[in-house]
Order: sequence, then C-alpha cells, then structure tokens
Amino acid sequence: MSITASHTSVLASLLGELASGELEIVDLTHTLTPDFPVMVLPPEFGQCQPFRIEEVSRYDGRGPAWYWNNLFMSEHAGTHFDAPAHWVSGRNLPFSTIDELPFERLVGPVVVLDFSAESAADEDFLVTRAHLEAWEAENGTIEAGAWVILRTDWSKHLGSDTYLNLREDGAHSPGPTADAVAFLVEERDIVGFGTETIGTDAGQGSHLTPPYPAHTILHGNGRYGLQCLANVDRLPTRGAVLFAAPLKIRQGSGSPLRVFAIAPSRKKEGQNG
Amino acid sequence: MSVPIERPPRKDPQRVTRPPELPPTERSRASLALSAAAARGGFSMQVCDACGAVAYPPRDACAHCLGRSLRFRPVDDGGEVLAETSVQTSPNLYFRERTPWRIGIVRLDSGPSVVAHLHGDVTVPSRIRMILRLDTGGNGVLMALPAGRESENMADDPQMRELVADPKYRRVLVTNGRTEVGQAVATALSRAGAETVFVGVAEPWKPFAGQEALAALPGIAMVPLDLTDTDSVKSLAGQIGGKTDILVNTADHARPGGLMADGAAVTMRDTFDVNVFGLQRLAQHFGAGMRARGADGTNSAVAFVDVLPVYALASTPDYALYAASAAARHSVLQALRTELLAGGVRVMSIFTGPIEDEWHQAVAPPKVQPARIAKAVVAALREGREESFVGDIAEDIAARYRDDPKVLERELRV
Repeated sequence: MSITASHTSVLASLLGELASGELEIVDLTHTLTPDFPVMVLPPEFGQCQPFRIEEVSRYDGRGPAWYWNNLFMSEHAGTHFDAPAHWVSGRNLPFSTIDELPFERLVGPVVVLDFSAESAADEDFLVTRAHLEAWEAENGTIEAGAWVILRTDWSKHLGSDTYLNLREDGAHSPGPTADAVAFLVEERDIVGFGTETIGTDAGQGSHLTPPYPAHTILHGNGRYGLQCLANVDRLPTRGAVLFAAPLKIRQGSGSPLRVFAIAPSRKKEGQNG
Repeated sequence: MSVPIERPPRKDPQRVTRPPELPPTERSRASLALSAAAARGGFSMQVCDACGAVAYPPRDACAHCLGRSLRFRPVDDGGEVLAETSVQTSPNLYFRERTPWRIGIVRLDSGPSVVAHLHGDVTVPSRIRMILRLDTGGNGVLMALPAGRESENMADDPQMRELVADPKYRRVLVTNGRTEVGQAVATALSRAGAETVFVGVAEPWKPFAGQEALAALPGIAMVPLDLTDTDSVKSLAGQIGGKTDILVNTADHARPGGLMADGAAVTMRDTFDVNVFGLQRLAQHFGAGMRARGADGTNSAVAFVDVLPVYALASTPDYALYAASAAARHSVLQALRTELLAGGVRVMSIFTGPIEDEWHQAVAPPKVQPARIAKAVVAALREGREESFVGDIAEDIAARYRDDPKVLERELRV
C-alpha cells in the first residue's frame, strides 16, 4: 500500500509540532519499584506479586561488559492495563485477553474528568452519574470511543501511607459508582477508564453494588482499565491522544505498560492564552 | 565474683578491626560427636555400653574394657577442681589475643579427670558444675562453673562470653516486626540487655497489630525490611550491616495446603521467597559483615539465628509446601553455619512446633506461644546452643527424628 500525501503530512506535522514544542508528550507512568504498593486482598486469597528485580550482572564477573536484571511481578503491578478477561464479567468476551486486544483501540482521544478537589475533601469520594451529567453540562458531551481518566491527584500521595490508605476496614480512595460507569459505557461508549489510584474502583469498592462496579461493568462490556496513572494533572480536559499499549502476554489478564499521551503543550497554551 | 563488662564505647574509626581467629578446629571423628552433643545443649559425655565407664576425651574404644560401643549420654555434671593454671602466651592466634586464659584439672563425679576452661568465679579447690559448650570454632569444650547458685555477672566472664552469644550490649536485628513472634523476640532481647533492637517492617503502608506497643519499647528501632526484595535487604545492610551483632530471622510464610492444591505453584513460590530466598538474601547482605566482625570487642558479631518450623525434619502433608520450605531452610542454615564459621559467628536453629497464630487456626493444640519462642531464642544465645526445639511437638519430632526418620515420616501422615 502506498503512503498518501495526506498521511505523510499528518505524521510530518505531528513530528514538527512535537519538535517545535506545540505538542508535548506526557508520561502517565510511575517508575516500577519494589516498594510500589499493590492491591491488598484477604491473605487467604492468591496475592498480587509486587515488582521485584534481581541483578544478573553489572559489568562484573557475572557479565563483564553488560548490565541486566531479572524481573518478577504481577500483571497488575505498578502503572498497568486491565484487559476484559481480568474480571469474571468479561471472561466470555472475544478479544478479551491482553494479547488479543484490537490495536486501534489502544490509541485514542482522552477526556480528563477533574475531581481532584472533591477527592481532597473526601477520601471516599464517589463519582456518580449526576456528577458526570453536571460535568458534561459545563464541558460538553464525552465523545464515543474516548478514554476517560478520572483525575483525583491521588498519584501525589505515592510514597505516603495515604496512597493505599489502608485501615482495618480496608482501603480508602476515590472512585466511580455503578451508575457512573454504566453511563460512561452504555450511554457514552467509552473505550476505557483510567485512574490514579491502585484500582479503577474506589478503595471501598467491594462494598458498592455490584461489588467493584468499575471492574464489573467495564470489563463485562469489553472495555479497558488503566490504573496507578501519573501526571494526570498535566493533561488538558480534552484534546490529548492516549497511547496505551500493554505487553503482548499470551492469554494475559493485564500488563504493566508505559502509557503516555500527546497533548498540546501547556507552555504554548499559556503563551497563547 | 565476675566484674561486669562495661558498655562498649563507640568504635574508634582509626583502629583496625581485630580479625576473627578461631581456636584449634581439627577434631577426631569421635570428638565431633562431643561437638554435636554441645550443639544440642545439656551435658553429655561418652559412656561405654559394655562397662558403663565415662570416657574423655572422646575415644574409639573404652579405655577400661576395650569395648567398641561408646555413646554420648547425659551424665552427672558435678566435679571437683583440683588444680589450675593460666596460659600467659600461646602460639595459637586465637588464644594469643585472649591471654591470660584460665584452665584447670577437674575430677568429674562420673569418673574421668579432664582439662577444662575455668570460669573466673571458680576457686581452687572447690566443687564445680561442668558445662559443655561450643567454642567459636564450633567444637564442644568443657568449662567449669562454681557449684551452686549463679552469681550476678557470671555471664560477663570473658572466657564464658567467648563460648556463648550473650545479647548484653549487642545490637540485634529482628527481621519481621509485623508478627507476634517477631514482636515477642524483639521485646525479650531488649529485656535481655541488647543495646539496640532493630526491627524490620515490610510494607510499612499496611498497619499491623502491636505496632505502637513495639515502637514504644526502649532501644527498639523500626527499620524498613522486606525479605522478598533484594534491594530492601541490601539497603538495610548498607545502613546497619556494620553494627548487626546478632541477627534473628523471625520471618515465616506459613500456608496450609498440599502439592496438588489449586495454585500450589504460586503459594510455593511465595513461601520459598520469604522462607528460603529471604534467608539467602540475609546471608548474602549481612553475612560478610558479620563474619568480618567476629572479634570486634564486647559487641562483636556472634550469632545468626533462624526461627523455623520443626517440619524441616519431616514433612507434614497438611502444610506440604511450608514443610518443603522448612527443609530447604534447614539446609541453607547448615551451609551458612560453615560459611560463617570463619568469623566465629554461630548459626542457631530454633525449631518450633505449630505456632499459636492466625495461620495455624485449624491445627489442634498443643501450639507454641510466641513468648515461648522468644524465651528459647534468648536461652539459645546465652548458652550458645546451635539447635533448640520449642514446644512439645518440636521436642517429640526431634526425638523421633533421631530415632528413625522413616518411621517419623509415616507417623506424620495421620
């Protein structure tokens, strides 16, 4: 297939605007470290393996000219992607494992819902359908095929106990209600939903109806999840493009990934505005 | 009366650390059995099966009847010290650094007259109580203590302190403060006179019971430590590896289940990661520093202690994966014992029966209380004991293991 002039010009102008600083790349990924918290489940269940790294050689007797490590981790450690097969509700869907995801859905527009103020005021803040309707009244309708990221600024708690915010009654962090997720999936036809917290669900999400509504409804409808996102506050409400390509793990349920967005440069925005 | 040792001053950065030397380590095969008896604790000597004569030093045949069957058995530890001398100099590098060294001739009530180390409180002549201890080279030696009541600072006698791993004034690392066992061990060592007890806490963002009470104890310092994370172990060793005199590994990942249970491979890996690889990571990052500091004054490095399930000796099918990790752990400790020997650092195994904790709720009593394990750790350090068995089940399994491991394997099936 030949490359048309218009394709060439789109890619060329993309590169040109990245080079000139009109556009910037926003890294939405946290560094994988052994002390990055993972989902806490009752101990009698199988556990989420945190990221672990073992040095194999570092220009020494084990390998004089090379440095490399062995890694060991859960598919759901660090900044990661949830495929539909992750949840029981998505188990029978086609293309539901991480190796089968349609690639065209992994790149797309991203809409950022800023509920950081509400999350700062209430650690158990729940985004409802009413909140989304009010948001749309102000910011316009969420377009079909978009990724939606819930901004809570929770990523700024990483490194403190507040990130997981674990107490005797479980974790406490913001997330969506069932009616909010159903609205996004059924009425707005989003591709996926991303959060800054350890899961797409609220810390107390197991006590909602249905339990873990984001996991249940998103994956049950073939939609994706992104969690433990970083730098969400650097994204515009609209206008950025998300790139979320997980590792191609045979029949995998999810994967750590390097997720980023191309967005209008904030510096340029500031100058223009 | 022994003079109490003084709190050691801070290390002089200009002084070269004294290299650890060992007392003579060569022994006959018969004498290795004396060392084995010392490793287990108690006072045993070689006794002739044929005529009942007690032999010392250990021999291949009875000096009285030429009988070939001599076995170590508990014997009367009483005796009388007849003569003494002090070694003022020695060509042996270990004793040369430690003279004067007091030795004497003791006539044991059980028969033989022996040359033994004399505790500073022993007067000559007098009645004595003989103890069998391991020297820093890992061999069994005899020391005479005064008969009767112990005096207040007896453990501070310099020759005595060489034969044990007393926690007094020493800096200890207890690897897991999240569990009741770790908390009990840390508390007991603090009470036993340890200068500082560093207590490892993995995943500090997860709150745990007993956290505040532990942190409030004097001399306790909570430190981040996750045995499944090589970098975490390395980081902590970088901070305190040069002042860890005693390391007590209380980390234990116990999960019920057999080899064919759902997810057994994941459970087994998690279990081995904590119980076996964790031990290796501790050995790797703390071992070399401890081995180099085996003669570093009053607070020299002395002991690497591991609290492990007695199912190291024989599997219990209900906890098959856990028992397999324990067996591996036992093997690691045996190897580590040899690796740390060059520094005179003792490796102590504290074998326990099922612990009274949340992972043994479905196990019928008797179960071992965490405080009892803590007591055994302190006792093992104070006696320099290499192997301790805590609780009725552990003691019973140890006895049956010595008797016949194949019978024990069958007994544990039911």
